[in-house]
Formats: sequence, C-alpha cells, structure tokens
Amino acid sequence: MKQIKFLLAGTFFGIIMFKSEAASWYRIQEMFRFQDFHMYGIIGLAVAIGVPMVWFMKKNNAKDYSGAPIVFNSKAWSIPRYLFGGVIFGLGWALSGACPGPIVVNIGAGFVGYIIVLIAALFGTFLYGVLRDKLPH
Amino acid sequence: MDLILQPWPWYVSGALIAFVMWLLLYFGKSFGFSNNLRTLCAMCGADKFAPFFQFNWKTQSWNLFFLVGAGLGGYIATNFLTTPDYVVAISEATIEDLGALGFAAPTSYAPASQFGMEALSSWQNILILALGGFMVGFGARYAGGCTSGHAISGISNLQPASLLAVVGFFIGGLAMTHLIFPLIY
Repeated sequence: MKQIKFLLAGTFFGIIMFKSEAASWYRIQEMFRFQDFHMYGIIGLAVAIGVPMVWFMKKNNAKDYSGAPIVFNSKAWSIPRYLFGGVIFGLGWALSGACPGPIVVNIGAGFVGYIIVLIAALFGTFLYGVLRDKLPH
Repeated sequence: MDLILQPWPWYVSGALIAFVMWLLLYFGKSFGFSNNLRTLCAMCGADKFAPFFQFNWKTQSWNLFFLVGAGLGGYIATNFLTTPDYVVAISEATIEDLGALGFAAPTSYAPASQFGMEALSSWQNILILALGGFMVGFGARYAGGCTSGHAISGISNLQPASLLAVVGFFIGGLAMTHLIFPLIY
C-alpha cells in the first residue's frame, strides 16, 4: 500500500506529460527545429523553479515525509560518458519523438508503435549493461 | 473544466513538473524515469549477463509504480481530459517542414502512420521505431539519466555533468532532425 502514492504521482505526471504535449512527437519535431517556444518554456520553467527549490532544500537540510534528510547526489564529472551517452540519447529522442517517460505515456494513450520503442529501449539498456566495461566513461 | 480539457500552457506544465520533482524528493526518492529501464532488465534476469544489473531491483519498485502510473495518466488524459476534435497545434513552419518530408498535418496527438496500428504493417517503420527506442535506452543508461534525471533534476542541482548530457541530447537531436531525417523520410 505504501507504493500507492508513487502510482498516483506517476498518474499525475503522465497526465501532465500528455496535457502539456511534451509527449507529442509533433512537439519534439518542433522543438528540434526551434520553431516554437512551448517546449523550451516547459523545461526552462521547471528548471527555473527547480534550481532555487533545491538550493533552499539543501540550505535548510530539508527532511522527507518520514523525517529522514533529503540527499542530493553529485555526479562525477566525465566528458565521454555524458557527451557520447547524451548524443546517442538525443538521436533516439528525435527519431522516436519521445524520451522514456513519454514512451510509456504514449502507450497508455493507445499508440501501439511505442510498445516497439519501449522493447527496443529495454534491449538498448541491456546491451549497454553488457558492454559497459568496454565503453569510455 | 474547459481549462483542463484544453492543452495546458507551458507555464502551467513547467510548474507542475517542478512540483512532481518536489513530491518525489518529499517521498524520499528522486525524479529519474529511465532508471526504470535498468530495473526492468534486472527484473527479467539480466543480472545473469552483466554486473550492471546485479542489484536488488525491489528497492526500485517504487519507480515502477510511478511508470505504471504514467501509462495510466496517458490513458486518462487521452480518454477523459481532451476534446473530441483535439489536434496538437504546432507552428505553421513545423507543419511545412514535416510536409516536405511527407508527413501530413497533425490530425491527433502523434502521427498514426508512425505509431498507430497501421504503423506495424511497414517493416521500414518498425525498424525506425526499434532504432529510436534502442538509442534512447542505450544512451539514457550510458549518460546516466534522461530528460527527467539530467535536464530537470540534475540541472536543478547545478550538476555540470547534467548540463553536458543535455548539450549531448541537443547535438544528437539536432543531427537527427536536420541531417538524418531528410535521408530516411
């Protein structure tokens, strides 16, 4: 039962993704052509709120609902990992018109083509896991 | 109610996404959707093939509930929270560009020729879907996060690594859109 809140949060997230059109293939095409402000407004505002929010939470040693401190992990710097990984992700994002969250949102919305995208994404993750030691990080 | 049925403007959506990030932090977790891909692989036995999948996936099951919720949200939104004549109102310039590549102007949320039932009758199209998904899954794990983990959570936490990942997302996305799309469509 403890997990119900995550199901509800996810449902809320899915509705936001759909209603904002951030999960629409058309909006992603528009974004990568710089032809509308819409997607930049969404991501930009989320970050513009997120930066002071996280700063404030760190400064005040914010606690979660159970009273445990909220931990913000730093990511170790690396150029190849984030650059190569990011470029590969970006190629897939533009080609499929969806990042991982919206892939699932689109399946829920009845676009069956995204089932193939999801299965292929799982295979991509699997192959990354297998090849991990051989890739520059 | 009419306001909910109409597409939500960017300033409502952006603020709500920040709220979801706060909600997950308050629940003692963090906002990062593509972690689920790793969890699902581990759940299906990938731990026998690579140490990357050797962890107790049950500790990540909360995120799978979040994932199922996201699908449910897509179902609810499309069936109960839109008007019957709903079309994504992208800019004229995009409609023109997509038209030049052979895509009809939007008639719904995503092109049915690519993602509807009919999309599955063309092997070329299935190949495109599979290749796109493969790169999303491979790239997200290689970069250690996707749009939620890097562009939203990571940049909010002022992580240079996340900024670099997002720069990578755009290099890849722009190359696909402007250089590769004209070759495949």
